[in-house]
Amino acid sequence: MIRYLFLLVLVLPFTVQANSIEVYTFDNKEQEKQYHSLIEDLRCLVCQNQNIAESNAELAKDMRRKTYEMIKQGQSETEISEYMVTRYGDFVLYRPPFNPMTWLLWFGPVLVFVFGVIYVIRLMKSQSAESQPAGLNEEEIERIKNLHAEQDKK
Amino acid sequence: MSEIKPSKLRRFTPFIIFLLVASLLLYMMTLMTQGDYNPRDIPTEFIGKKAPDFSLPDLINPEQTVSSAAMKGQVWLLNVWATWCRECWREHEYLLALAEQRSITIIGLNWRDESSEAKKMIAQLGNPFSQIAFDPNSEAVIDWGVYGAPETFLIDEQGIVREKYKGALNEAVWQAKFAPYFTGRRQ
Repeated sequence: MIRYLFLLVLVLPFTVQANSIEVYTFDNKEQEKQYHSLIEDLRCLVCQNQNIAESNAELAKDMRRKTYEMIKQGQSETEISEYMVTRYGDFVLYRPPFNPMTWLLWFGPVLVFVFGVIYVIRLMKSQSAESQPAGLNEEEIERIKNLHAEQDKK
Repeated sequence: MSEIKPSKLRRFTPFIIFLLVASLLLYMMTLMTQGDYNPRDIPTEFIGKKAPDFSLPDLINPEQTVSSAAMKGQVWLLNVWATWCRECWREHEYLLALAEQRSITIIGLNWRDESSEAKKMIAQLGNPFSQIAFDPNSEAVIDWGVYGAPETFLIDEQGIVREKYKGALNEAVWQAKFAPYFTGRRQ
């Protein structure tokens, strides 16, 4: 009995989430596909780490409705995401466009990786160089020579 | 020997790099918590542009409409508020002061609210708004790129958005963000 209850509790979150998405009817499959790809790519402004497809926030709900209405009016996917970008900026897109503002965002991780690799290679090289006979500088060599000379005098 | 050998200095480079990165991070975090670099602060794309027109029923007299186009020729504020927004309750007193003492025209945009609740709040706290547009379905809200309440826009005679502030207005915010526009016009 307890086991079944436990299972029920585990399943509960999924049922709630399923309820959060409204049922919309579309003229054709193409529109429905557009709708889903749009709401999955638009960020929920209130929660920020969710897209509007997943979010229960009221604003996300209204943005879904707005997206639906615009699709029904026959607007294209780019027109709708442009509409959202003029209002909420590139930020509203989960896949921000590539432009002077965002290039670092796109290439940043690659740059960090490349620098890391270069650093590690240099580190390995310098370490293998250091493992050869202890590096004495000229001054130290000079001192050793002097000490030897002193000893020789005695 | 009193001088530091270059090999010794080299041993400290990772530590120095760590300190640099850590202080950069700390610097960024302090910037993020205050003002312009706040990640939750989404810049509006409308500053300097004509704001989209809205036409919504009036909260108090639902048979009348409140439209932004009718405000042409006036400088006005659009204040997004709701009864569920705690900051709006706190901000209300300052809005009253703006309307009464500085005779600023403020249009309210009541967002996602019960009209009865909203009317109750106005009756209780006083009405700083010359008109209140009722927007239960976020129509004007999405059209204006609003994502939270309170939020305030400054619109000029041509219907161009001059300023936007997200958060509750107070004297400090007014002096920093909105007052310069009005003093600039008087000169």
